[in-house]
Amino acid sequence: MNTLTSTWRRGPLASRWVRAGLVFAVLYALPYSTLRIPGVFDGPLDAPGVLQLLAVCLVFAGLAMSYDLLFGHTGVMSFGHGMFVTGGMYATTILVDHAGFGLWTSAAIGLAVALAAAVVLGAVALRVEGIGFAMVTLAFGQAVAILVVSGSPQLTGGEQGETLDAGAVPAVLSGVRNTANLYWIALAYLAVCALVVWGLAASMPGRVMRALRENERRVEVLGLNPYLFKLLAFVVAGVLAAGGGVVYLLLLGGATPTVSDSNFTLSLLVMAVLGGTGRRWGAMIGGVLYGYAGQSLTRVSGSSAVAGLPGVLRGPLEQPLFLLGAAFVLVVFFAPGGLTGRFGGRMRREEA
Amino acid sequence: MTTVLLLTATGLGVAALYFLVASGLTLIFGLMDVLNFAHGAFVGLGGYVGWTVADRLPGSPGLVLGLLAGVAAGAATAAVTELAVIRPLYGRPLDQVLATVGLGLAIPALLQAVWGADARTWTLPGWLAGTVGLFGARIPSVRFLLIGLAMALLLGLRLLLGRTRAGLVVRAGVEDREMVTALGIDVRRANLAVFALGGAAAGLGGALFGLYQGSVSPGDGTSLLVYAFVVVVLGGAGSITGTALAAVAVGLVQQYADYASASLGDESVVILLAAVLLLRRRNLRGRPA
Repeated sequence: MNTLTSTWRRGPLASRWVRAGLVFAVLYALPYSTLRIPGVFDGPLDAPGVLQLLAVCLVFAGLAMSYDLLFGHTGVMSFGHGMFVTGGMYATTILVDHAGFGLWTSAAIGLAVALAAAVVLGAVALRVEGIGFAMVTLAFGQAVAILVVSGSPQLTGGEQGETLDAGAVPAVLSGVRNTANLYWIALAYLAVCALVVWGLAASMPGRVMRALRENERRVEVLGLNPYLFKLLAFVVAGVLAAGGGVVYLLLLGGATPTVSDSNFTLSLLVMAVLGGTGRRWGAMIGGVLYGYAGQSLTRVSGSSAVAGLPGVLRGPLEQPLFLLGAAFVLVVFFAPGGLTGRFGGRMRREEA
Repeated sequence: MTTVLLLTATGLGVAALYFLVASGLTLIFGLMDVLNFAHGAFVGLGGYVGWTVADRLPGSPGLVLGLLAGVAAGAATAAVTELAVIRPLYGRPLDQVLATVGLGLAIPALLQAVWGADARTWTLPGWLAGTVGLFGARIPSVRFLLIGLAMALLLGLRLLLGRTRAGLVVRAGVEDREMVTALGIDVRRANLAVFALGGAAAGLGGALFGLYQGSVSPGDGTSLLVYAFVVVVLGGAGSITGTALAAVAVGLVQQYADYASASLGDESVVILLAAVLLLRRRNLRGRPA
């Protein structure tokens, strides 16, 4: 035991990059495992249903990290982050379905559009601060949501969403047998998010962003322009979110307007705060938990144990959003640092 | 001409709903600097409680009791929210907003758990279900009820804020909370009162929204909330008259633009919100940032 803890503290495992590498290696190997975890997953880990669930968790983790780059690392609260997810998802779908482009070309164009949109919208919205910025981004996000649902139903499919043309999806990504490949794409997306967010946090601009979160006036006094660093965070977060939209699209097989809903952006905020904002693993853990809870609570509540409860108790338990919202309020109250802050005593708020 | 009249009546009816929701929001934000994301939940709860009562009791007494029940439900939930969630978090403004976000997600989900995801039809008593002829236009009677109640609330709030001591404390608190506290006045009681009052207006708004649509559904409050935010921003936080004017402007613009092209109204209103915030370059209180 002692040797174990000392290896953890001082040995090669002390490097956070080595630890992160280990975590990702384990995640990479999951589809090869036939391990069953009763009560947590329905089947063995390599079952398509379980891999699909895990893949959505990983995408949410990446999206939560991208949101946390803005909210936790830079102290900028956006209520329109979902519009980039929507942008990536719908731009790709529309280009594939209606312009006849290949999947990867469409995704690349979608990301480029998201980049341009993030630069323009960020440059405009960041002219106001604090709750004003939150409101402006809420307005932008709402504008995108209305456009997607009722703008031109022949392109976006309206409230039903638009199915991705199955012929354009490469064979290795379609069919239940290939769910593992989708899982690895989701994992790769999360790895990219982690590399970008952690890399940025460790760089000079990342240190300025953290300083902005603590005290914007002092950053200005030091002769740095807060606007540019916030814009950098906004653009990077926006492009990462659009990438998440593309991966989520592949998982779902079509674009869905739920990602444009303001509740989706609020759920990203919930993920980041649940896990712990501005921390290395916080948003990622929050995203995985939220993704798992959102998908599994309905299944758990359908189980016999819950079905035996009287209706007064059963009803609320069948609503994942109720449990998550309530958990969120409790975390805000009793664990302001989020789960990683509460239970990871030595995981201090990132300093390097 | 009849179309213009009908659009105007609808716009004013919607404006009345926006005013009911936004008046509480603007006072809460003005006094406490809390942008209350749980306000939509008060609206939804008022709608469902009102529907439940009106559905059990027939005719006009049921309707009146339903509206009163909606008001009571909104006020009670808002008061509990202030006491149990907002008050312990004084001095942590970001956490206050986050907590209201959590409630705003949890309460509508709870409504869905109790009353189901499908819309519940609200049957109106005969005298309210018809239309009224006005210069050739057939205008649904409900619109007049909405407009009348909103105007009553506007008048009541103006009198309360302008003519009573409690109103004076609230107005002073909106201007400078620290100074009011320094003068030995307990602003916390004003906070609770404003929350309960705002919740009551939101509950009434929810019940009236049910009448307006002829049904209640779990997402009602959230869909009104975004437009109420627009009204708060346009009207200037803490100003009741400004909120009323902004509500009328937003309601009319939305209806006229919607007539020109479907969903253009919603789109134009959210763009209006962004444009005003960006061009005015002031904070939400209407003062230079």
